[in-house]
Amino acid sequence: MDTIFGVPTQALFGQLLIGLINGSFYALLSLGLAVIFGLLNIINFTHGAQYMLGAFGAYLLLTKLGLNYWWALLIVPIVVGCTGVIIERLLLSRLYNLDHLYGLLLTFGLALIIQGVFRNEYGSSGQPYPIPPQLMGGQKLDFMFLPNYRAWVIAASLVVCLGTWYLIERTKLGGYLRAATENPALVQAFGINVPRMITLTYGFGVGLAALAGVMAAPIYQVSPQMGADLIIVVFAVVVIGGMGSILGAIVTGFGLGLIEGLTKVFYPEASNTVIFIIMAIVLLIRPAGLFGREK
Amino acid sequence: MKRTLTSAAVAAALAALSGTAAAQISDGVVKIGVMNDMSGLYADIAGPGSVTAARMAVEDFQKTSKAGLKVEVVGADHQNKPDVGSNIARQWYDVDKVDAIFDVPTSSVALAVSQITRDKGKAFLVSGAATSDLSGKACSPNTIHWTYDTWMLANGTGNAIVKTGGDTWFFLTADYAFGHALERDTEAAVLKGGGKVVGKVRHPFPGTDFSSFLLQAQASKAKIIGLANAGGDTINSIKQAAEFGITKGGQNLAGLLVFITDVHGLGLQTAQGLIFTETFYWDLNDDTRAWSRRFAAANGGKYPSMVQAGVYSSVLHYLKAIEAGKTDDGTKVINQMKAMPTDDPLFGKGSIRPDGRKVHPAYLVEVKKPSESKGPYDYYKIRATIPADQAFRPMDQGDCPLVKK
Repeated sequence: MDTIFGVPTQALFGQLLIGLINGSFYALLSLGLAVIFGLLNIINFTHGAQYMLGAFGAYLLLTKLGLNYWWALLIVPIVVGCTGVIIERLLLSRLYNLDHLYGLLLTFGLALIIQGVFRNEYGSSGQPYPIPPQLMGGQKLDFMFLPNYRAWVIAASLVVCLGTWYLIERTKLGGYLRAATENPALVQAFGINVPRMITLTYGFGVGLAALAGVMAAPIYQVSPQMGADLIIVVFAVVVIGGMGSILGAIVTGFGLGLIEGLTKVFYPEASNTVIFIIMAIVLLIRPAGLFGREK
Repeated sequence: MKRTLTSAAVAAALAALSGTAAAQISDGVVKIGVMNDMSGLYADIAGPGSVTAARMAVEDFQKTSKAGLKVEVVGADHQNKPDVGSNIARQWYDVDKVDAIFDVPTSSVALAVSQITRDKGKAFLVSGAATSDLSGKACSPNTIHWTYDTWMLANGTGNAIVKTGGDTWFFLTADYAFGHALERDTEAAVLKGGGKVVGKVRHPFPGTDFSSFLLQAQASKAKIIGLANAGGDTINSIKQAAEFGITKGGQNLAGLLVFITDVHGLGLQTAQGLIFTETFYWDLNDDTRAWSRRFAAANGGKYPSMVQAGVYSSVLHYLKAIEAGKTDDGTKVINQMKAMPTDDPLFGKGSIRPDGRKVHPAYLVEVKKPSESKGPYDYYKIRATIPADQAFRPMDQGDCPLVKK
């Protein structure tokens, strides 16, 4: 059997595929962050908690109302997105003229509160959420067993990522949005309701986090901590991709998933740190990130 | 501030009045500090429940004691970080007049707190941490390791599995002091039983995705995948192993440290058939049932883990030793605790060895099928009871400097 650095190529393919799956979560989460930062200039530290809310939303729909995964996929992002709209209207909208740090502190505080409330109610061991019956089982590939659910995650994430990119970079609505961040006063003068657009954008970014949460529920334990563990990595992804760059977030999300997957084979102890090492290197060479523009 | 001063004055007056028994109690109050993970991965295993257990122990002690000791319980969150834990320990001992620290899950934190306790001449009663080094090469005259340790888990589970044909192992190990100790002790038990270790991988702590490591375990073709991790890491490993068809492919998982809270979180559907070792189960006898129901009522309906039971038992024995020895001086209390046999409703009769190891029986348990369980927390079948004198590492094998060879 062929080997690369002592690892059979077959096993390597398996690891790359798993890297891709983790990358889809990174991409989906960093996408929401990038949208929010790019268009609102808010560093949304509540993102991890909102991802957790998505997973808990799915869990609560199933256990309290008996609504299955597919309903959750539809309902939860909308409901959590609406809570985002409320947060933006009540709190964030008061901070736009202040330094970035205020937004960061506010959203970080909100995240701690939300996680604390859920921990108090559900404990830290988490709740089980079953894989939907339609996606049970898996495919026996040459080099590994690919659970159907994981394949679905890659596909769904790719569709959502590309759809979002298209919406913001290629449509008229996206054009308005980008113009509104460059020069809100001018755009408003053309009769476009800029504050409402910004509110909806935040709601959309939050909805993306919740969607990722619903997709994560069957794989990971639904626990109050799940977002806090992930959010730091996701921030690193956004920084490497370039704050606010949507394409950057998608490409780096998948790319770093792959790199992390390889690290887990060759030097597993470093798999938590490798992303931050890359971040440090990228910041030294290109301070605006791989896809970011210097302002 | 004024209020604290007054209460301190009252406490001092009370201590003076209660006569000789309290004459050597520093500041007139026995202050118990429960330090653990209050909000993270291990918050269900220990967390606020351990503080509740400590309070129950104080309550039960006061009911029977005539010493009139004034006891106070405080709690803190070490966030599983040795630096945070060390700071709390110093603050507690130096400023807040805490006399003894209890619980402290996460071995790396416990090792740090043990050293500080020794330097300050206080008392440290470990329930939550697992590393057998606490009564081995890192043993201390000021530390007692109460509930369980890695050697006991490894010996109980490792032996039982090798005996039933699981003779090739692959380890999935949490990359810190606890994981390494558990892996080392289990490996020794497996080799001793005639088994073989074909590979191991160390994952960052805490981790979220284990599929990559599980695939490496699968590729190794080992019969048994030993999970040398704990809490949420174990839960996610088991869940994802089922997802990737590893258990269906004929390989078995051995949970080396599984708590009842983990089984509760996984659900019986996923956890059924898992074999592991515990030193406490709420449904052992009438005493444990009565205590556990009382505990659950005070703990939001959640039943006790063995760590929380251990906190109760250790606080109770600690207070009894203070009453008997008439002092709360750390080193003296620990010696007194070692001199007295232990007896409580949860662990039964036991003793504490010179190396600081508390010994009691251990239970090899198997998780019930969903059809066998009568309701929430009815989870275990007891497969075997390992007697106290065999459950823990013999004292002469631990390299504890306190024990003369």
